[in-house]
Parts: sequence; C-alpha cells; structure tokens
Amino acid sequence: MDATTQDAATGNAAGGFAGDRPPVARLEAVTVSYGRSHALQSVDAVFPSGAVGLLGPNGAGKSTLLKTLLGFVRPDGGRMQVLGMDVVDRPLDIRARLGYMPESDAHIPGINAVTFVAYCGRLAGLPAADAMQRAHAVLQYVGLGEARYRAVDTYSTGMKQRIKLAQALVHDPDLLFLDEPTNGMDPRGREEMLALIRDLAQRKGVNVILSSHVLPDVETACDRVVVLHQGRVVAQGPIAELKGQSRRAFELRVKGDVARFVSGLRDAGVECHDTDDDVMRVLIGEDRGARDLFALAVRHDVQVRHLRPSVQTLEDVFAKAIGES
Amino acid sequence: MPIHDHGYARYQGTRTPPGRAWAVIAGAGIRGMLSARPFLFVLLFAWLQFFVRAVMLYLAANVPQADVIAPSPATFREFFDQQGFFVFVVAVYVGAGLLANDRRANALQIYLSKPLTRIEYIAGKLAVVMAFLAFVTWVPALLLLGLQAMFTGSLAFVREHAFLIPAITLFGFLQVLLASITMLALSSLSTSARYVGMLYAGAVIFSEAVFQTLRGVTGGTGLSWVSFGASLAQVGDVIFRVEPRYDTPWGVSLLAVGFVIALSAWVLARRVRGVEIVT
Repeated sequence: MDATTQDAATGNAAGGFAGDRPPVARLEAVTVSYGRSHALQSVDAVFPSGAVGLLGPNGAGKSTLLKTLLGFVRPDGGRMQVLGMDVVDRPLDIRARLGYMPESDAHIPGINAVTFVAYCGRLAGLPAADAMQRAHAVLQYVGLGEARYRAVDTYSTGMKQRIKLAQALVHDPDLLFLDEPTNGMDPRGREEMLALIRDLAQRKGVNVILSSHVLPDVETACDRVVVLHQGRVVAQGPIAELKGQSRRAFELRVKGDVARFVSGLRDAGVECHDTDDDVMRVLIGEDRGARDLFALAVRHDVQVRHLRPSVQTLEDVFAKAIGES
Repeated sequence: MPIHDHGYARYQGTRTPPGRAWAVIAGAGIRGMLSARPFLFVLLFAWLQFFVRAVMLYLAANVPQADVIAPSPATFREFFDQQGFFVFVVAVYVGAGLLANDRRANALQIYLSKPLTRIEYIAGKLAVVMAFLAFVTWVPALLLLGLQAMFTGSLAFVREHAFLIPAITLFGFLQVLLASITMLALSSLSTSARYVGMLYAGAVIFSEAVFQTLRGVTGGTGLSWVSFGASLAQVGDVIFRVEPRYDTPWGVSLLAVGFVIALSAWVLARRVRGVEIVT
C-alpha cells in the first residue's frame, strides 16, 4: 500500500475524504470466505462521499464487497460501516437509505415498469401515491418514460440496466451501489448511463459506489477509486493523485531486439506495458526523462523510431497496482 | 413535482418505518392473483361445496323431513376434508410460482436490498397463499356455522358445540399453514413454477401411496404418519372430536405435521438469500 493509499485509508491529509464530509462506507479488516475460497482478505477501505469507483478484474471481489456492505454476506471478520451505521447492527436502517443496482438481470416478474418501480418504492417505505409519482419521475429520468407501461420481461438488455437504476433510485437513497451498470449496453447507452451517474453524484447529491472492471467507465464517472485484486485492496485514493504519482509516461516504438530491450528496461526499473499496436507505454520515475530512454536504447542496440511524452492513465495506475500486488 | 420537470428530485415526503414490507408483498401478490380471471373461476368452484351445504343447512332448519341432514361437528370436519382438493389446487395455482418466479428473475436481490428482512419476505409470500387458502376453508366453514344459527334462528347448536369455532380456526390454520409453507419451500427450490407444481403433487401423492402400500402390507393404519395428508386428517379428527380414522396415536401425527412444517421453514431459511453461495 503506497502513501496515497495510506492517506485515503485513514481519512487524513490530501489523499483523504472529499471535503469535510464523513465517508459513506468504511471497512476495517473485513474478510469474507465462501467455503475455502477467500473472496475478501482483510480489506481496509474508505469510500468518501461523491462518486467512488470500485475497480478490479473479474473475480477480484468487487460484487462480494458490495453484497457484504448490503448485509447479504456475513463476513468472517472485521467491521463495516455504511453512512455511519454498523452493517451488522443496523442493516435495515442502512438499506432504507441505500439503492442497489445488481450486476445480473433482476426484476419482479410479470409486471410493467412503472408498477415494478413503484412497488420497489413501497418496499422501501414510501406511501403508495408517492411511490407511484416517483416511479414515473425516475423512469423519465433514466430515459424509460416512453416504455414505462411495457412489461419489464420484454425489455432489451440496455433497458433492463436502466430500470435496475430506476428501482435503486425510486426511494431517493443517499448512497447508490452500482454493480457493473454499463454491462451489455451499446456505446450510446453506455455514455448516457455514465452521464446519469455523473449527474447523480455531482448535481443531485447522491453518493455513488460504482463497481466496474471497465476502466474508462470509472474514470469518466468517478473522482476516486478503490482498486481490488484477489480480494485485497491494492490502491485507493483520488484518481488525479494516483495518476500523478511521481512518474512520467511515454509512448515508445523501437526497432531491433524488442524483447531484450524490454527486459533491459525492466531491469533498469522502468515499467513497460504492451499496447494494441506496436507502440509500448513506458513509465519512468519523475527524476528521469527521455534522455534516459535513449541511453537505454543505445545500450541495448535498438533504434528509437517513436518517442512521445504521454500522460498516466487509470489503466497505468491499475496495471501498476495489480502488478505490485 | 411539476409535470414538465423530468429531472431527478430528492424526496421530501414521509417514509414508513421498516417492518411493514411484508404487507406490501402480500397485498401485491393478492392483487396480482385476483387480476387473473381463470383463478377467479377456481375460487368460485372452491365455494361450490359451501353453497350446497348452505342449502342443506337451510333445509335441515326449515323442513322437518330433512332431519337426516341436520348438522353435527362431523359436518364441519367433512367440509374441511372435501375442501382438501381445492386446498391442493389453490396452493399449486397461487404458491408454485411465488418464489420460483422471483428466483428465475433474480428478484430476491431486489427485495433484500430494500429495508426488509428475509423473514418479512417469506411472511409476505406466505400471507398470499394463506389468505387464499383461508378464503376457501376457514372463511366458508365459519360462515356455515353462522348460517346454521341464522337459518334456525337460534344459537343453541353453536352453544352446544362451543368448541367448533376454535376447532374450525385451529384446524383451518394448521391445514392452511401446512399446505402454504410446504408449497413455498418447494417453490424456493426451483426456478420453474410448473416443475414446483409437479413436485408438490408428487410429494402429496407419493406419501399417500407409500402409506397405502404399508397399509396393505401391515393390514393396519398405524403407519399413517408417513403421509402428511393422513397425518393432518388424523389431527383434524381429534380437533373436531370425532373418532380418529387411523391407528396412529394423534401425537405422532401431530409430530409428523410439525416435522414437515419445520423442514419447510428450514428449507426457506436456507434458500431465501440475497446471494446464492456455491461452495
């Protein structure tokens, strides 16, 4: 765990919470096992207010973490708080202020969209008339206004994603858990979904924890990130700070024995990633620069055909965090 | 919110405290069933026996030659016996899909992410089946008792058999609870309502077939506890103070009924979860 991670975890200094607001969720040494398999291993994490991305490859434990915070899964050990309340002691009070959009298709069968969303509102404690009014409003908001009298079973994948968001929003939660909200959506639908999430977090005052393995989604919608890998937190903090972490990025293409050169770069402490084309991304310390890359190229007898300064992306942060773990 | 404002707005209204979601689930389930026309016909048929018995009560009260059909505690016991078929039909019609359909559509995650407990969810679903089963057993049985008093213009029969009201209530509750919770437990095991219906029918028929086979082999009815229908009937006879029909001690029959209810509750507790854990 690096310095930024430590700061975020303790809630102090620059890497801490957004403003003076308390964190919306906090986990301390939380361990969850399914039989012999450890889904979460002594997870310490803090989710400040605003939009926080929960990032990790498939199987990292993201969904388990959300389900544990919801009280669906009982942890083997550790403590958890959501909205300042203990998850074990006050699960119902937490769920009354929380909206959950599950990863898999989920709806109440046999009813139309507006009835479904209003029903969810009633389950969350809203009076019947208010639940119905909010169901109409929320369905308009998520872009299903025209389709609200259609049976949910007949919805397309993208529409099902939207209605899952609508049911999570109908009771006006203070905190939203969104588990892979853009799964199965076309590019336009994905953009619209991310715009909705941004709008909720930035303008409507709804805190969001967005679980995803799609890095651009998290980068678009969130200011902060918690990176999970193999059930452990490997990095957390503001994305801007994590990206600016004392490293410089370059795009580099060389001619010659590329494998030997890459090996030489790594020996010299330079991080190196393949990209889709023949250009590689290299990340070097802030005290070093292009001159050092040229020197390494000379040493390994390769020609530099392309060298361009770049900026660190969340992908670089993610790759580094996972690589280090 | 003005009609032109399609944006998201924070909710400023009131909220019901947690603990009442089961009534929302039950209400929605009951309304859903009542909107299905074929089911209304099933309910109508289930009340046929009531109408026939009401006519018999009227004749017994007003036609001296109809003494032979005068009511007795056994009349009410028989009423429950004969409603057994409709208990089966209504339980399958209403209960088979209650959990199975939710499981198929992953609705449990939606339900349990709201401020309600697993017990509330089960109670809400149970209330749907129990309400309809009570509507075809307990309600008409009590109404028949009321009609008897009304047709004779006297409470003499009710007074003479004062145990009938608690007996009707107790047996009605036991019969309804057994059918409802068994059906819900089976419904929680599958994602296909049709399969659940067949499973329930199979369980009822199989346990009865085993009992009848054992009866043939042993020549007695001491093993009636293997059939939950027979066990319920035996307990019913004792509750209505009529001669028990089987040799099995009624306590054993009651234990058998209790075991099925407890087993069903255990299955429900295992199966109704926000997350399916495969280890």
